Amino acid sequence: MNKKIDTSRDNISTQNKVRNINIKELKEGIRDGTPIALGYLAVSFTLGIAARNAGLTTFQGFLAALLTNASAGGYAGFLLIASGGTYWEMALVTMITNARYLLMSFAVSQKLKPDTPIYHRLAIGYDITDELFGISIARKGWLNPYYLYGAMIVAIPAWSFGAAMGVAAGNILSARAVSALSVALYGMFLAIIIPPAKINRVIAVVVLISFIASFIVSKMPFFDNISTATRIIILTIMIAGIAALLFPVSEKEGANDGA
Amino acid sequence: MMEHNVYLYILVMAGVTYAIRVLPLTLIRNQVNNHFLRSFLYYVPYVTLAVMTFPAIIEATQTPIAGVIALVAGILLAWFGASLFQVSVSCCIVVFIIELMIL
Repeated sequence: MNKKIDTSRDNISTQNKVRNINIKELKEGIRDGTPIALGYLAVSFTLGIAARNAGLTTFQGFLAALLTNASAGGYAGFLLIASGGTYWEMALVTMITNARYLLMSFAVSQKLKPDTPIYHRLAIGYDITDELFGISIARKGWLNPYYLYGAMIVAIPAWSFGAAMGVAAGNILSARAVSALSVALYGMFLAIIIPPAKINRVIAVVVLISFIASFIVSKMPFFDNISTATRIIILTIMIAGIAALLFPVSEKEGANDGA
Repeated sequence: MMEHNVYLYILVMAGVTYAIRVLPLTLIRNQVNNHFLRSFLYYVPYVTLAVMTFPAIIEATQTPIAGVIALVAGILLAWFGASLFQVSVSCCIVVFIIELMIL
């Protein structure tokens, strides 16, 4: 009898501990998601203007932003709606502009504990964006889904309402404010890649080469026809592939606390 | 143009986008053991984020010089241990001040 009671009490205290950890992760997600949400407001506001130009209503713009959470993919989609393309063209354009999420999702799958249930995977897959991917891989150890839920709680509404406001209100934000807010995302990326580069010289070189290659490719007339999204995929596969061949990571580095 | 329904367009966008995001997460349930693939995935985030940052940061601002200074400021702040939020907000403030001065 006694033994039984003790066991159940243990279970309850373990459950409480897990719950407290999840709440802590949720709060940290909200904290790290807040600057992302601010940047999103500005970016999706301009996305909303593109939706307005394509003839979408405020509700349609809101819905498109809420259901896709994609900037480049959204822009391309609105352009296609404006030109009256087919649904197949829409599927293809969406696939190309969002293909980088396939790589990001792959990388995040390695940050999840292998026994993470399917419903968590289905839920966090909803919002694998450049920014949430960035803060996810910056976490130490396994990625707790509740951390991402925290970030999603603030990021998704900001993204959706930003787009709705863009459709409804057009140019409320001054060009100066949009310009300043537009670098928030890049500041965030720097905060993620620079600290590991300071410690690991290979990462520092990889980051530097990525900067240079990205700059050169963007200036080459030959690549004019290739979209930014495709450029990101090509450069990522090439540079990360070469780095992996030349500097394979040890088992310890390559583990979940890698990035 | 009339024969196309905007809601169907949005549905196609949403379905394809979600599939791309969720397939690797749900299909790859275990740690990848291939050494090359592990190393590759280890470097992917750094390359992707670096490529997305530059030169986009100097094209996002009204004047390229504001973007360049924000880039340098962001790198320095991150190097000396500023948090994600601090680096991000500082970059915005730098751009705002620079453009206030020169525009």
